[in-house]
Amino acid sequence: MAETLVATPGGFAGVRLAQPSRFGDHFFQWLTLGMGLSVGVLIMLVGVTLWRGAAPAVHRFGPQFLASSTWDPVQEVFGALPFIYGTLVSSLIGLVIAVPLSVGSAVFLTELAPMRLRQPIVSVIEMLAAVPSVVFGLWGIFVLVPWLRVHVFPVLQHVLGFLPLFQGPNYGVSMLSAGIIIAIMILPIITSVSREILRSVPDLQREAAYGLGATRWEVTRIAVLSYAKRGLFGAVVLGLGRALGETMAVTMLIGNRPEISASLLAPGYTLASVIANEFSEATSDLYMSALFEIGLVLFGVTILTNVLAQLLIASTAGPKASRAVQ
Amino acid sequence: MTLDIQSPYHAWRKLKNIAMSVLSLVCAVAVVAPLALILFYLLKEGAGSVDWRFFTQLPKPVGEAGGGMANAIVGTLTLLALASLIGVPVGVLGGVYLSEYGAERVNWWIRFGADVLNGVPSIVWGIVAYALVVVPMKGFSAYAGGVALGFMMIPLIIRTTEEVLLLVPNGYREAALALGISRWKIIVHIVMKTALRGIVTGVLLAGARIAGETAPLLFTAFGNRFWTHHLKDPIAALPLQIFSYAISPYDDWHRQAWAGALVLILIIFLINVGVRALTRGRLFGAPR
Repeated sequence: MAETLVATPGGFAGVRLAQPSRFGDHFFQWLTLGMGLSVGVLIMLVGVTLWRGAAPAVHRFGPQFLASSTWDPVQEVFGALPFIYGTLVSSLIGLVIAVPLSVGSAVFLTELAPMRLRQPIVSVIEMLAAVPSVVFGLWGIFVLVPWLRVHVFPVLQHVLGFLPLFQGPNYGVSMLSAGIIIAIMILPIITSVSREILRSVPDLQREAAYGLGATRWEVTRIAVLSYAKRGLFGAVVLGLGRALGETMAVTMLIGNRPEISASLLAPGYTLASVIANEFSEATSDLYMSALFEIGLVLFGVTILTNVLAQLLIASTAGPKASRAVQ
Repeated sequence: MTLDIQSPYHAWRKLKNIAMSVLSLVCAVAVVAPLALILFYLLKEGAGSVDWRFFTQLPKPVGEAGGGMANAIVGTLTLLALASLIGVPVGVLGGVYLSEYGAERVNWWIRFGADVLNGVPSIVWGIVAYALVVVPMKGFSAYAGGVALGFMMIPLIIRTTEEVLLLVPNGYREAALALGISRWKIIVHIVMKTALRGIVTGVLLAGARIAGETAPLLFTAFGNRFWTHHLKDPIAALPLQIFSYAISPYDDWHRQAWAGALVLILIIFLINVGVRALTRGRLFGAPR
């Protein structure tokens, strides 16, 4: 800032500081605003890029793309139904396994665990969240799948074989294996967010229930879980968003066969894994465009689930809880 | 009115309480168990193959035992550096806006957008970088991989930077304003400097998070069995190498994949544990 003495027409009495230049301030403020808004720009960039890439396939196949189950790169006929089916089913298996375990351990961490144990367990869960997808996949291929094939799936077939869900040949790589690895991968995020939600329940709630003579479980059920219902639902939807987009581990475990089968022991295919497997091998423009459209579907679905999750979580626990696990 | 604590109903309630407590303990064990199992197998299968050669040699052709992943380790570091060129300036300055300037409503939208971006599947970033970089440059390249990872870093760093800047006491800003220093100088020289440790921590954690990403690199960085001499060429990365070795049919490559996974996870855990230990208990500590 230039400090200059200015002689005013009135003489030297009116000494004042010249106004410092505001240019630096304005520039910096606009610069940071621009960087902040890059978030919105990025979302639009992703949407527009995918849309432009997908346009030829959208024009060629129209809505039929989402309803057809033919995926034939040689004849250039593309339908995404098997991938949508595989994505939904594997994610649902993941949720069915992960949600009770996550909410249960969130209850353990906020209501039951001795104070000294809480932080170490939270750290372990954060470490599980930091394990890369490809490492889960590696472990899945060489440890989980062989174990499931030899010890678990035959038992399932024996006991529940009358259900179509557990019939057919047992390859090991399957929709169910993929669902189990998804469950393991979304455990940390659902647990951490649920824990933040439960922690945000006011202690007054608990004390009131204790005051009525409730046991600890009754307090948890009446005062804590029902109070936090909405936020917990948000945590589950957030987990669903992660499950839908999970790529590497699923690609390595699901078997990658574009067929819709009633059996959970049969191989399947997901939106993310068909992109991972075929994108760099797509030989024709239409093939490439169909893969872009699959990406667009995946992007649309995950954006919707994430928006819903963030709104649900923010409405119960404030803005911090949603990013308990980054 | 007397409370009959001997009544069968009371006993039932107590029993249910104990059963539910045990059940929630079992849940917690089930959540923690996979990490123990994965670490156990990584050490069992991978530790034997991590030696000096692993860090210094190129991969050997099929059938020849030995060889290492030196190029993949350097490749991962190169990609992280490229990603930081995009992610760090955009993310840190975006975080500055949220903490120092933002109006409540604009901030809400930016935070919301960042959280939504965080949930975009990583494979989608790969497609975007493919369309934006690989197609115009007519080839897979380290640049493309860096762009994909850099985009993923932005929302992570925006949020952590905002959090640590908000921890800087307002008195610092007010004292500086009273001296007549312009606002942007206060932010750069006082606020950001005070919170530097926290900002760096956030950047490192974001780096640890994207270091393990495979999906965005599949058709951007693409992988390379040799050294990459120019960033316009495809480049190897540790997660990519683990993936291609894991799905290969060769036992020796499987061993290498385990070793690579062990090294990758050690890098990631060391960064995580390191920054947390470094900043524990300090005012401008690790963002979480």
